[in-house]
Amino acid sequence: MRKNAAYQAAQRRIPLACANTLNCASCDPLRGTTWRQYLFFVNKNRNLKSIVVRLAGDSGDGIQLMGSQFAVSTALSGRDFATFPDYPAEIRAPAGTTFGVSAYQINLGGEPITTAGDAPDVLVAFNPAALKVSLPMLQPGALLVLNNDSFTPRNLAKAGYDADPREGNTLDQFQVVTADISHLNLEAVRSFGLSKSEGGRCKNFWTLGLLLWMFDRQLEPVEAWIRRRLAASPTMRDANIAALHAGHAFGETAELSASLPQLSVDRARMAPGEYRGITGAEALALGMAAAGELADRPVLFCSYPITPSSPLLHRLTRLQELGVGTFQAEDEIAAICAAIGASYGGMIGVTSSSGPGIALKTEAMGLAVSAELPLLIVNWQRGGPSTGLPTKTEQSDLYQAVYGRNADTPLPVLAAASSGECFDMAVEGVRIAVRHMTPVILLVDGYLSNASEPWRMPDVGSLPRIESRPVPEGSDELDAEMLAYQRDPDSLGRPWITPGMPGLVHRTGGLEKDYVTGHISYDPDNHQRMTEFRQAKIDSVAGFIPDQGIELGDSSGEIVVVGWGSTYGPIYQAARRTGASFVHLRHIHPLPRNLGELLTGFDKVLVPEMNTGQLATLLRDKLAIQPISYSKVSGQPFRISELAGRIEAERKGDAV
Amino acid sequence: MNEPLVAKDFTSSQEVRWCPGCGDYAILKAVTKALADVGAKPESTVFVSGIGCASRFPYYVETYGFHTIHGRAPAVATGLKLANPDLDVWVVTGDGDGLSIGGNHLLHTLRRNVGLKILLFNNEIYGLTKGQYSPTSRTGTVSPSSPAGSIDTPVSPGQFALGAGAKFFARAIDTDKTGLGDVLRQAHAFDGTSFTEIFQNCIVYNEDVFAAFTDRRNAADTQLHLRHGEPMLFGENNSKGVRFNPEAFALEVVDAAERRGDVLVHDEANAVLARLLIDLQLPVALGVIYKQPAEAFERAFYANHPTGMRRTKSVADFIKGPNSWKVE
Repeated sequence: MRKNAAYQAAQRRIPLACANTLNCASCDPLRGTTWRQYLFFVNKNRNLKSIVVRLAGDSGDGIQLMGSQFAVSTALSGRDFATFPDYPAEIRAPAGTTFGVSAYQINLGGEPITTAGDAPDVLVAFNPAALKVSLPMLQPGALLVLNNDSFTPRNLAKAGYDADPREGNTLDQFQVVTADISHLNLEAVRSFGLSKSEGGRCKNFWTLGLLLWMFDRQLEPVEAWIRRRLAASPTMRDANIAALHAGHAFGETAELSASLPQLSVDRARMAPGEYRGITGAEALALGMAAAGELADRPVLFCSYPITPSSPLLHRLTRLQELGVGTFQAEDEIAAICAAIGASYGGMIGVTSSSGPGIALKTEAMGLAVSAELPLLIVNWQRGGPSTGLPTKTEQSDLYQAVYGRNADTPLPVLAAASSGECFDMAVEGVRIAVRHMTPVILLVDGYLSNASEPWRMPDVGSLPRIESRPVPEGSDELDAEMLAYQRDPDSLGRPWITPGMPGLVHRTGGLEKDYVTGHISYDPDNHQRMTEFRQAKIDSVAGFIPDQGIELGDSSGEIVVVGWGSTYGPIYQAARRTGASFVHLRHIHPLPRNLGELLTGFDKVLVPEMNTGQLATLLRDKLAIQPISYSKVSGQPFRISELAGRIEAERKGDAV
Repeated sequence: MNEPLVAKDFTSSQEVRWCPGCGDYAILKAVTKALADVGAKPESTVFVSGIGCASRFPYYVETYGFHTIHGRAPAVATGLKLANPDLDVWVVTGDGDGLSIGGNHLLHTLRRNVGLKILLFNNEIYGLTKGQYSPTSRTGTVSPSSPAGSIDTPVSPGQFALGAGAKFFARAIDTDKTGLGDVLRQAHAFDGTSFTEIFQNCIVYNEDVFAAFTDRRNAADTQLHLRHGEPMLFGENNSKGVRFNPEAFALEVVDAAERRGDVLVHDEANAVLARLLIDLQLPVALGVIYKQPAEAFERAFYANHPTGMRRTKSVADFIKGPNSWKVE
C-alpha cells in the first residue's frame, strides 16, 4: 500500500465537507479519522442508503465475471441492487486503450434500487485508461482503488495521459487508494507454477477478495462458484481461490484497516419471499420454459447469433429437461421461418434477435400473420441504424415493431420493464400468441440482457394455464378446410390444427385466403374483410389485458411521466424524487383501453425514451393527446438526475 | 375405408392454375401416383413450398400444405420436421426459389441432412414474374431482363448439392412417368434430405430448353438411366456404354459391344463418380445419381436432446439457480 501524492492531497482537501456546502474549505472532518469513519460520515451527512460501485479495466481483465460475482454476493447479503455491464463491441480490443475499457457498475443498498446509479461512489480501475474513461462519471469524493502496477509510461501514453494522474491534482477531489495489485496477485499464486500470464488472470479474483472485505461479505459463495466453474482445471481453480483469499487478507491486515474503508450499507426491506439474482436473458429463458409448461407444449427456440440476443440462446440450451429445444439457424430469416414451421407443427415457436436481425425477419412475420400462427419474436434492441452500437442499449425499434411491415400487418407488441419482468412478459407473449393465433413481438433491450437484479421467484404452478383453442366439434356442414378457419368470436383466433391430425387436412399460406374456406381468394370484398378481421383481432387483445395502472403518484394532476421498457428504473427514482406521477407501459400495441382517459387527467404528459420520441408518436397517433418527448440516444441509460431535472423544468414551464 | 388410396385421392378440390401444357401437370400426376404407391397418409403428409409457379403445388395435393414465402420453404420445413419428425415433409421449389433467393437455406438443409424430400422443378427461367433469366439459365439466355443475352455462369443443381454435402441427389424428366415415378419412390424412402432435380418444360417462357435430351425420338441416345449395381448402358439395344478415361479424368462414351469390360457399373455411393455423372452432357444422367445414407438431422436432434423434447422437470426445479435467499 502506498499513500501517494493524490492521497495526501485528498487528505488535505476534502470535498464533501458538511451537509450544506460542497467543497467547503473550512471543514476537514476527515483529518485524523479512518476511511471507514469517513464513509460513515458521508453516509450520515448525505443520507446515502445506497452505494454505487464501478469496476473497470481491459476487456480481457475479467471485469464482467468479477462484477457478476460481486452482484451475487450482494444479493446473498440481503441488499437490493441493479447492475449495468458496459463493455466494448470488440471481443478483445487492444489492451490499455480507452475504447477497450470494459466496466461493470452496480448500485446496492437498502432502499428500492431500480437503476445502476448515476455516479459511482467507488471506482476500481485496473489501468489508466479505465480511470480516464470513468473519471467524468464519478461522485465528488468518490473512493478510487487503483492498480499501481498498471500505471507504466506505456499505459499512460495509451490512455492519452501526458502525466501520471496520481501525481498532479487531477484526483484531488477523490479519495485515492493504490495497491500493487498485479504484483500482490502474482505473489499470491506463485506456488502454483503458473505462467506469468496465467497467474495474471487471477487478479480479478484478488481484487474481488479485497472488495468483499470492504463490504464485509462472505467469501464462501464466490469460492463455491470458482470450484464449480473451474472444476476441470484444478490448478487454475486453486490459484483463483488463493488470489481471492489473498485480496481479502490484504484488506484485513491490521495496518491497512486504518486507511482502507470497510463499507456498511443498509439492508433492503424487501417483500417476503424467496429471491435470486437474475438477468433479463435468464428471466426470459425461464419465462419461455414456463410458457411451454403452462401450455403443455414443447418450445422450439430458433435463432441466429447476434449481440445482444445470444445470451438467451445460451441460457435456453441449459433448460432442455423443460421440453425446450434450440435450433441455431443459418441466418435470421431461416430462424424465424423454422420457428414458424415449429408452430405450424404444434410446438411453441420462438425466435429472437436484435434490430438488424428483426428487420430481416419482417417478411416472415407477415407470413405468420397471414397463416394465423402463434409465434413469439423477441427483440433485444440496441443502438442503430445499421450495425450501430451493438453493445449499447437503445429503445429505437418501437416504430419497427408497431408499424414496420409491408401492407396492413398488425401484431401485438409488448415490452418488459426490468430483468425480472422478462419472465412475466415471455409468458404473457406466448399467452396472447396462442389465444389469438398471432405472432407477438416482445421488446427488450441490450441493457436488460445482462443487467441483474434481485427477483422474487414466482410460483409457476399458480399461474393460469395457457389454453389453445380446441378444434371445434365437426358439424356436418363444414368440411375440414372450413374447420381450420372457424375463429373464436372473442379472440378471433382460429383452432391450432397441426399436420398429423386426421380429418382436418387443409392448406394455408401467404396468399390471401377466403375468410371461410381458406382457399386462395383474390375477391375484393374478401380482401377488405380479411384486412379488417386481422386488425380487429389485434384490437381484441386489449379486451384481455389489465387496465393501465399507476406506478407512483396521483391518478391526475400537473405532470405524469410515461415510460416503457428498461427506462423503468431511472423514471421510477426521478418520479419519486420529484413527486411526479409515473405510468409505465407493458402493452405497447394495442394500448390498454383506459390509457387515454388516464393520461387526459394530467396537464402534461412527459415521455422519456432512449430514441427520438417513438412512443410519444404512438400516443399521439392512438390517443389524440399531445405528449412532450424527452429523448436520449447516447447508448447509455437515463440518469435519475437528468430526468428529475427535466420534470422540474416542465413544472416550472422553463423546459427547453 | 381401409381400401388403399389411389392417385386421385391425393388430388385436392382446388382448381389448378398452371398454363395449359406446363410440365408441372405431369409432375403433379407423378407425385400423386407416387404417394398412392408408397401408401402415404394424407394427414401425415405435408407439402411446403416457397414462391413461384412450382410453389403453387401444395394447393393441388390433398394433404396438409403450407405455401410460404420466397426461398424459405426449406427453413419452414426444417422447423416443422423438428416439431414432428413422424411427418412426411416434401418441399417443392424451383430454380429461382431454391437456388437464387433461397440458395442459403438449400445449402444448409442439404448439409444438415434434414429429413425432407426436396423437389426442384428446374425450367431455367423465372416463370411467374414473366420470363427473366434464372440462376440455372445458360449463359447467353435472351430474356426480358437480358435482351442481349445473360452473362452469368449458371449453377449446376447437382454440383451445388454435392458441394453442400447432400446425401441424395437424383434427376428426372417431368414427362418421364417411369423414370420420375421411380426416383420419387426412392426419394421418399431416403432417411435424410433427398434432393431431386426435375427437368421441367416451361411452355411459355423457355419452351424445349431441354429438348436435346428429353425428345422421345432421340431418348435412347441422349438419356442414361442409372441403376445401382448395373452397367451404364444406353442407346438402341444398349449399344453404348460409359467408361472412365483415366488420362482425361473424365467419362466418355464407348461402343458397348467392343469394350464391354470397360463400361462402368453404377455405384450410387461413389461421390466422385456422381460428380462426373452430373457433368456428363450427352447422354444426360438420370435416376439416383448419388445416395449415401447418414443420420437425418431430426434424428440427431432428438438423440442429442437429453429428454427427446419431453418435459421431465418443472420450471420450479430450475428457477432457483445456484444462489437464492429467503426474505422473511
